[in-house]
Amino acid sequence: MPLPLLQPILTLIGTQVAKAQPDVFSRLGPHAQKSFVIDPTDLPFVLVLKPKPEAPALSAWRRDSAPHSHARIAGSFLNLFDLIDGSLDGDALFFSRKLRVTGDTEAVVALRNALDDVDGGVVESITKAFGPLSGVAAMTVSHMRTLGGRGLGSRGLGGRGRNHE
Amino acid sequence: MNDHVAPRRPELVCPAGTPASLRTAVDAGADAVYCGLQNATNARNFPGLNFSPDELGKSVDYAHARGAKVLLAVNTFPPAGQFQLWKDAIGIAASVAADAIIVADIGVAAYAAREFPQLRLHLSVQAGASSPEAIRFHCEEFNVRRVVLPRILTVAEIADIHRQIPCEIEAFVFGNIGMMAEGRCSLTNYVTGVSTNMDGVCSPAADVHYEEEADGTLTTKLGSFVIDRYGCGENGGYPTICKGRYSCSAQPEPYYAFEEPRSLNLSALLPDLMRAGVTALKIEGRQRSRAYVRSVVAAFRKAVDEIMTGKQPSLTDLIALTEGHKETQGAFQSKSWR
Repeated sequence: MPLPLLQPILTLIGTQVAKAQPDVFSRLGPHAQKSFVIDPTDLPFVLVLKPKPEAPALSAWRRDSAPHSHARIAGSFLNLFDLIDGSLDGDALFFSRKLRVTGDTEAVVALRNALDDVDGGVVESITKAFGPLSGVAAMTVSHMRTLGGRGLGSRGLGGRGRNHE
Repeated sequence: MNDHVAPRRPELVCPAGTPASLRTAVDAGADAVYCGLQNATNARNFPGLNFSPDELGKSVDYAHARGAKVLLAVNTFPPAGQFQLWKDAIGIAASVAADAIIVADIGVAAYAAREFPQLRLHLSVQAGASSPEAIRFHCEEFNVRRVVLPRILTVAEIADIHRQIPCEIEAFVFGNIGMMAEGRCSLTNYVTGVSTNMDGVCSPAADVHYEEEADGTLTTKLGSFVIDRYGCGENGGYPTICKGRYSCSAQPEPYYAFEEPRSLNLSALLPDLMRAGVTALKIEGRQRSRAYVRSVVAAFRKAVDEIMTGKQPSLTDLIALTEGHKETQGAFQSKSWR
């Protein structure tokens, strides 16, 4: 998908999460003013998150043209997806070297803890952003996870979660 | 251990770093959940973690409605002239009807016992009380009802202590195996200027830096000190000085000077611990995610319930959640562990 087509969806996601989960900003504290590169290493673009309470923004960039950010979080798309959704443990991913963090570690820790406190997970919050199409969005996410689990080799993580390659 | 002694049903005490994590722990089968406030009064004072007083109150209501207890960790040591924050924390615990507070400092214990005698006191692992004499002192002076034992005792020693003290015993069964009170924490304090035991922060994230090279080698640093260097694909650990790998003139090859990055897992010793008189089994990890809490709590809930019905527990493989993907029974099995 060309990045300009992706941008309205990302904007919708950013504003919806901010609207539905205002507590995230209080957990972020001063780190809400920072910017984060979220790098799904198996996709041809990165996301830049600026979680300012007054104007949260999520944007897509070509990997080599992303703006300077305070921190970068890199891993496979499905691992990052399950991480922000509270289905995977970030420390376990880090121990297995499937998650890479560079830059402002404190900001990343704050972001991780803030997202982990979202009941039902951030992904559920995002699918609700699609209004009448939220059912379709939820089915798409579920299908994507199934494909990811099959194609990328899911394995048990304490019997419940997943740990994608 | 005497196999003829029937195991007692222990309380499963589980970690919660956030309100969502607390609800996850309760829903996964925790009998009790322990948590902390968003300040230096608890030993997991990390950014984005912990509870506001309002969140704590709502969380206590959630747990109590489902038959679970909430224990508030007020388990750091007040620096000189800063006692008010700890007094406030105890007052908050009482006001939200927390089921107990977990304390380490004798001044905090004395204040709580005097001002809030109805509030149940547990002695934190941070207090480092490992002898019957030390534990009895806290029971007699502050009416401590439970001691969380340091992770330096064998199961046989725990059984022996149980016979000599007037309070309950809580023992760690899974998670980080940090020793806390025997000096290693002073190392991170020396490097960062922030204290594990007073500020509640071990290896503060602001001082942690990760550097990955093109060949996949990962260097972890705390301040200006290199803690470890992992080869491409080698499992990693926390950037704590006590689990770092160092070289020196006497030992030029990098080695773990204190201990390896690995986690405690006493799944296989559960029946012995329950026969030894342990009242509560504690899972470490308030800094971990809901996914960790869900998996570990559910695994131990199932194992304990199976033991209580006379079955051989089917132990879930939790290795993916352990530090460095290695686990140990530490000193609980043998004193040969360092």
